[in-house]
Amino acid sequence: MSSTPVQKSNKRKYMLEKLSGRVFLLCALLSVLSLLLIIGFVFIKGINPFVVEGYSFIDFLFGNDWVPSEDQFGIFPMIVASIYATIGALIIGVPIGLFTAIFLAEIAPKRLAKIISPAVQLLAGIPSVLYGVFGLAVIVPFLQDTLGLAKGQSLFTVILVLAIMMLPTVVTVSETALRAVPKTYREGSLALGVSQIGTIFKVVVPAAKSGILTAVVLGMGRAIGETMAVILVAGNSLIIPTSLTDSIRPLTTNIALEMGYAAGVHQEMLFATGIVLFSFILILNFVLAKISAKGGH
Amino acid sequence: MVIKLRNFKDNVLRGLLWLSALLTIAILVTIVGYIFYKGIGLISIDFIFGDYSPTGGGGIWPMIITTIYTIVISLVIATPIGILAAVYLQEYAKQGRLVKLIRFATESLTGIPSIIYGLFGAVFFVATLKLGMSIISASLTLTIIILPVIIRTTEESLKTVPQSYREGSLALGNTKLQTLYKVILPSAMPGILAGIILSIGRIVGESAAIFLTAGTVAALPESIFSSARTLTVHSFLVTQEAGDIELAAAVGIVLIVIILVLNLLATLISKIFNKANY
Repeated sequence: MSSTPVQKSNKRKYMLEKLSGRVFLLCALLSVLSLLLIIGFVFIKGINPFVVEGYSFIDFLFGNDWVPSEDQFGIFPMIVASIYATIGALIIGVPIGLFTAIFLAEIAPKRLAKIISPAVQLLAGIPSVLYGVFGLAVIVPFLQDTLGLAKGQSLFTVILVLAIMMLPTVVTVSETALRAVPKTYREGSLALGVSQIGTIFKVVVPAAKSGILTAVVLGMGRAIGETMAVILVAGNSLIIPTSLTDSIRPLTTNIALEMGYAAGVHQEMLFATGIVLFSFILILNFVLAKISAKGGH
Repeated sequence: MVIKLRNFKDNVLRGLLWLSALLTIAILVTIVGYIFYKGIGLISIDFIFGDYSPTGGGGIWPMIITTIYTIVISLVIATPIGILAAVYLQEYAKQGRLVKLIRFATESLTGIPSIIYGLFGAVFFVATLKLGMSIISASLTLTIIILPVIIRTTEESLKTVPQSYREGSLALGNTKLQTLYKVILPSAMPGILAGIILSIGRIVGESAAIFLTAGTVAALPESIFSSARTLTVHSFLVTQEAGDIELAAAVGIVLIVIILVLNLLATLISKIFNKANY
């Protein structure tokens, strides 16, 4: 029995429907595939020296010397540098960012907020390299002159540049969290005779706690992963920093500076450096997931 | 006495709030102002459209072309995939383990620092797929970087399409697919466009991943398989290698203007969208 044209066209339609659903699924799975490929390739390459070539992972993590030409690969100073730089940036960037967010969400005159919000947006969009250029051209000489340093490229410069770079993240994410706090909270507190500022700090900020923590963690992620701006202002010394004026080499810059010419084990060790960095980010993501799960309750 | 103290505390806190906001603005004005002040002297027609000359005095046309290449290639690949992935997540998928996995992967991709993407691009696209240090390697790496951005923004805008639109279209006898491209996607278009603009901003501002995958050749690329440098990488290299802050800042001006135009476009689109809605 031959089918009518209508049946035929319906059949085609049905096939197309089914096929398109599959294609959409494939597209969606591509992000899973990408993640697996990234983890797979970076890890396999980075684990190779420890699994196949017999290098000690402990020596890698806690070794103080990074001399590729002499087959020494210790990244402890870089781990310390990355952690110090990130914490330092948090100490400066979070209060300023959070207070700016509170200002925007709670007390800013509308007109002023209309100027500041796009400005923060622009700050977020400026390519990170330019922060490095600014840091090198302005902050480095300034510190050199005022503190009388031989070299202005230092942990402190990195901290200042990273603090500036995390500002937009901290501001926008905390502002969103603050704005999400129901109006009734504020009204209730004000009705009880608490001042506007008291209400903000005792009611609104605690209510937005999980959103603010998210902002902090995201800002941390941005700081610990930043590369090109940091290369320009870090100074690149392979020592464990003991003061703010020491020149440093964080994990990210180690990768970027040496990937161009590294080969063999040396290159694999740069991938291993990437794994350590990746692990920090994974821990941060885990913390973030915990926070948002808590915030959901 | 207590009230006076409380007023004092309130005023101090209020002052700190103002101070922080003003500081944020001051930082922005200082950075942008400095870049313009330092670089504006170099900006000219010849600078924008001239070929680069390593001895100085050249232009940045090769870097502009390279940047445009990376934008176009990665958008051409990531936009359709990202939109369709979002369509799957919002319109087709049954909520369950698979969707959770896809969401988790997309979110994780967002958090990976660009230097890790650079490492991946170097080992996968450059070495394993033998594409070499080239525009195409960088663009494919950038594709993965912007994919989550496009998926997320498209998903958000699909969420805002009223359920009644879908029901209306289906009730008229349209199939799911017809409903999708005749009704849902057109009304989600502003959000999708915003996502694309956001992605362009991300590509233009990206440096570490491109540095490791496209290399640093400062000449007009012959094809997408040539090594080349983008504007950001150029700005970085002239600072690092030659300490040429003026040139870096001049490139910076071009970058900031691009970002400003993109931000303006995004605002414009959302305004048009809001008007159309009410």
